[in-house]
Amino acid sequence: MNKTALCAAGALFALFATRALAQTAPDPWPGLVVDIFQNRPISAADGAITLDAPARAEDAAIVPMTLRFPDPSQIKVATLVIDQNPMPMAAAFTLGDKSGVGFIETRVRVNSYSNVHAVAEMGDGKLRADAKFVKASGGCSAPAVKDQDEAVANIGKMKYREFKSADPMTREAQIMIRHPNASGMQMDPVSRAYLPAHFIDSVEVFQGDAPIFKMEGGISLSEDPTFRFTYAPNGAKTIRVEAHDSKGGVYKGEWPISEAS
Amino acid sequence: MLHIMLALVAAFAALFAASAAPAFSLNEIAPGVYAHEGKTSLMTRENLGDIANLGAIVGDDAVAVIDTGGSVIEGRAFLAALRETTQKPIRYVINTHAHPDHTFGNGAFVETGGIFVGHKNLPRALAARGPHYLSAFRAQMGDALDGVTIVAPTVTVEGTMTLDLGHREIVLQAWRTAHSECDLTILDPKSGVLFSGDLLFLQHVPVVDGSLLGFLDVADRLAAIKATQVVAGHGPLPAPWPKALDDQRAYLMRLTADLRAAIKKGESVAAAAKTAGAEQREKWRLFDDYNARNATAGFAELEWEAP
Repeated sequence: MNKTALCAAGALFALFATRALAQTAPDPWPGLVVDIFQNRPISAADGAITLDAPARAEDAAIVPMTLRFPDPSQIKVATLVIDQNPMPMAAAFTLGDKSGVGFIETRVRVNSYSNVHAVAEMGDGKLRADAKFVKASGGCSAPAVKDQDEAVANIGKMKYREFKSADPMTREAQIMIRHPNASGMQMDPVSRAYLPAHFIDSVEVFQGDAPIFKMEGGISLSEDPTFRFTYAPNGAKTIRVEAHDSKGGVYKGEWPISEAS
Repeated sequence: MLHIMLALVAAFAALFAASAAPAFSLNEIAPGVYAHEGKTSLMTRENLGDIANLGAIVGDDAVAVIDTGGSVIEGRAFLAALRETTQKPIRYVINTHAHPDHTFGNGAFVETGGIFVGHKNLPRALAARGPHYLSAFRAQMGDALDGVTIVAPTVTVEGTMTLDLGHREIVLQAWRTAHSECDLTILDPKSGVLFSGDLLFLQHVPVVDGSLLGFLDVADRLAAIKATQVVAGHGPLPAPWPKALDDQRAYLMRLTADLRAAIKKGESVAAAAKTAGAEQREKWRLFDDYNARNATAGFAELEWEAP
């Protein structure tokens, strides 16, 4: 494709973008309930799950979101949905039995003004949801990778952090994975081909052999996906992580759990 | 009759163009070196995206344009003002990086035949971000965005490149990821003027859209450039070189120190974004628009440092 054609493609995109905004954006949520939750009834959170989200996305590429579970034993799966994103299902966390996960904090991309839903599938199979509205970031912020060369060069590196917990019955930790988590929706300027998506699609976190949680996600997670969480210790000596990406990449890490609480 | 109608159409077109064109100041800051000071503001429909500093360097034979503004309307006004000072051909249209306030005017310069020049990563950055910018800024700028297209460079710079404008050779330098992943500076050794792009902010709080540590490193290395004055990407111009770097360095250092302390204490990114860098608040304009964003991105970057 030559330069003129590329410009024309850009202009065409602009035209579509304009039209999309000119109309009042329809609420995508009813459709997402069908696509993601098989149109099952969803009731109010009623304290079963809460979502902490900033009122405004400061950096469109890194928006912190925290899912809180006041009674984790009642929750099987918690799903985070960014309604207006190209791939709204950001992450679904399946909590391990007796894992005691009190919260999971992660970071997502927010492309435009959007509702964000946190949906809990309870032990009895019923769905409950909390929602927050997040304003889009301003300025030159974009939901893009900051430094594509570095993101690719460091792919798969992991980091484990522990935090002091006020409650001796819980521990707090963070898992970080280097990965561009790229949408693939942009055109390669040299080959003129659309870049294939390349993102982390699953992360399993264990204490010893017991699962703490399994995350299944997509391109709405920020680059370098990160998960900070609390859990109930079972006496295991190590935290173990296995992550998979959309191109078949497998990334593993294991770290000793420190004795100090 | 047809002639009269055509004349009327032409007259209306001229009138419309005149009314649409904003007042555009272009100052000669050194012989043959021109600069326009953008408003310290966010891009809006009212300011037509005119928030970044722009420039032009005129040699014996040709002109190099440095950044094109935040809309085609602004780009056209810039081109018209430039044409009042010189009729020499525009040989190069240089973009200092991918951000919309510096590149949305590119379309106004396509018909000049100038060659678009940028950092080796600029085409990739425009491809990754351009579509988002076009839709996001439509909401902010409305019809002031009409006609804006993403125009990528056909000549790219890795390391340094010298461009000859006729007895005037200007030096382009591509930098590692700092303010963004495609920052380019332009030095005119003849006048001693450096166009820093957004590797330097004055009064307008610095914006980190690449790497906080990279920004600090590059800003320090910039200081070695033999220039006497600088046109920053945003803020008053021209400014004394390298003294102009001091305030930005203080801000980036403060933000980095606060973030490192927050990470060490085990704070969350959301909590750190509210407090890091706050001590610098009174020193900068648009602080509340960008500081929390810088802190958020900086936190995610610095978290990877040693435990």
